[in-house]
Amino acid sequence: MHHDTVISSHGLTRRFTVKKQVVEAVTDLSIDVRRGELVAFLGPNGAGKSTSLRMLTTLIPPTSGTATVAGHDILTDPAGVRSRIGYVGQGSSGSFAQRVRDELLSQGAFYGLGRRERTERTDELIASLDLTDVASRSVQQLSGGQKRRLDVALGLVHAPEVLFLDEPSTGLDPQSRANLWEHVLTLRAQHGTTVFLTTHYLEEADRYAERVMVMDSGRVIADDTAAALKADLAGDAITLVLDDETQLPVARSVVERVAAVSAEQPEPRTLAFAAPSGSALLPTLLRELDHHDVRVATATAVPPTLDDVFLALTGRTLREADAPGGTGEDAPAGTAGPATTDTRALEGSTR
Amino acid sequence: MTTAVRTRVVRPHLARDTWHVLVRELKPVLRDPFSLIFSLLQPLVFLGLFGPLLVAQSGGDLAGTLQWFVPGVLVMIVLFGTGATGSNLQYEMMTGSHERTLVAPLSRSSLLVGRALKEIAPIVVQGLAIVAIALPFGYRADAFGLLLGLALLAVFGVGLGALSYALALATKEHEWLFWGVQQSLIFPLLILSGVMLPLDGGPAWMRAVASVNPVRHVVEAMRAQLTGDLGATAVLWGWLAATALAVVGLAVGVRAIRRSS
Ligand SMILES: Nc1ncnc2c1ncn2[C@@H]1O[C@H](COP(=O)(O)OP(=O)(O)OP(=O)(O)O)[C@@H](O)[C@H]1O
Ligand SMILES: [Mg+2]
Repeated sequence: MHHDTVISSHGLTRRFTVKKQVVEAVTDLSIDVRRGELVAFLGPNGAGKSTSLRMLTTLIPPTSGTATVAGHDILTDPAGVRSRIGYVGQGSSGSFAQRVRDELLSQGAFYGLGRRERTERTDELIASLDLTDVASRSVQQLSGGQKRRLDVALGLVHAPEVLFLDEPSTGLDPQSRANLWEHVLTLRAQHGTTVFLTTHYLEEADRYAERVMVMDSGRVIADDTAAALKADLAGDAITLVLDDETQLPVARSVVERVAAVSAEQPEPRTLAFAAPSGSALLPTLLRELDHHDVRVATATAVPPTLDDVFLALTGRTLREADAPGGTGEDAPAGTAGPATTDTRALEGSTR
Repeated sequence: MTTAVRTRVVRPHLARDTWHVLVRELKPVLRDPFSLIFSLLQPLVFLGLFGPLLVAQSGGDLAGTLQWFVPGVLVMIVLFGTGATGSNLQYEMMTGSHERTLVAPLSRSSLLVGRALKEIAPIVVQGLAIVAIALPFGYRADAFGLLLGLALLAVFGVGLGALSYALALATKEHEWLFWGVQQSLIFPLLILSGVMLPLDGGPAWMRAVASVNPVRHVVEAMRAQLTGDLGATAVLWGWLAATALAVVGLAVGVRAIRRSS
């Protein structure tokens, strides 16, 4: 274990028994997260993201396995873990009968902030998370997004060393999401906070996370930077539309030689394939095709998305996996390349 | 613009954490004290409708009947109000609010003890309100006895509240189960306490069961204390029963919250 490792787990496993059926919520989670890292857990509903967070935050004990968070063992020293972390759960954190400002002040007191410090911190978070107008309302009277902003504020009050966020931005409008991220990033910049979050927003993981862990059916199936995952697992989606259908066989053989992949023909006159750093490949490819007198009408290279990564890993898009009953059995075969995904799939799972 | 918050390590501390939990629980009460008065509607209905019936039945005068009935109504407030308080926690377990406090560096026990102690506030406010309402109808209470009576109710309420929270923790997210168990316990306890009708005329088995009902002893002690008969053995028994309930309740509650997390 690196001396700067803040979260370290070994074989963390959690099973639930529901109506005599055993659910393997999380299987063999073994990860190391370094101080200051911003890690995103990505995966469809029921993948085991929340269960993983709930184990790491001492809310539920693992069925087997061990973990240390901020130097404290989750099993033998849960109080130590709690003293160093912040947690924003998937549910609503404020008690419905309490007023917004009161909850923030109480939370400050729970974490040992003095009277003046907690007042300052509360007022600051109320202002910057845009809760001023509702500060003296009871939580019950807040809109969904306002509740979520309060949840986030509650998790940030004590500027924790390690911050766990379970789908923090779900239900927030774009402005609030931007404010949320500004807070998280400021906290990191000032305190070197380690941030561990789960999200369904692909572009959020893509943009902010230094490291993305893809989870499916209780297992981490990929763990790398978003860029590396995309380059290794998906590659750019390249589509060539030819002027002349009869030139397809020639074009296909050129593609196979230059890009070392076999192309598909999704539509007449069209060749589609995925290739790592495909954009860089495109000029060479076009020169070669020109050399063989193949006339290309249009050529596009679309950078991959994390959804393509998920598709490449599981054979399902995240949207399919999230759909009710979407276990993926009816999804396209695992070998389907990113060229068959269009951007609508991405949009569907990010809205 | 961001205040620099020192990263600190906070270790659980029962007394301090209980205080913070108590203060948090009291906030909605202080913000909205009228909710306490509104919840007095039920005991007032009992006083207003049941009182005259008792007068007619006993053949005594109104003041005399109130002397007997008001202490019981005070106990009834605790039984119904505090007995139901676990539902608040149950609600917080369904949202993420309880979970949030479980991740905080608070002593687990404080989450229960602080909540149980908070019950004292509504008990005292509501108790005083009922006595004030009964005064114009000729009810009189011994001042020191009343003080002692409220203290007894507070001890009783802390125990009952803790048990109610323990029930909420045990029934987790099954609201129907909580209410089912709660209602099927509260009513026998109430009837077998002699709050509404004297038990003297009841069958022997009823009196036998009532003699081990702590609520009955609290009611008897309240009656003695509010009339200023502080030396009565009933007072001693009442305090014993309430203290035992508080000790058992807190022990059961603390165990429940430790196990649940
Ligand atoms: N308390 C519980 N009792 C029984 N089963 C549970 C419990 N909590 C989670 N599970 C099951 O464990 C699996 C993982 O659930 P988890 O909440 O960790 O998923 P998730 O990745 O957070 O999903 P989502 O994106 O929907 O929040 C699911 O099959 C879920 O039904
Ligand atoms: Mg979840």
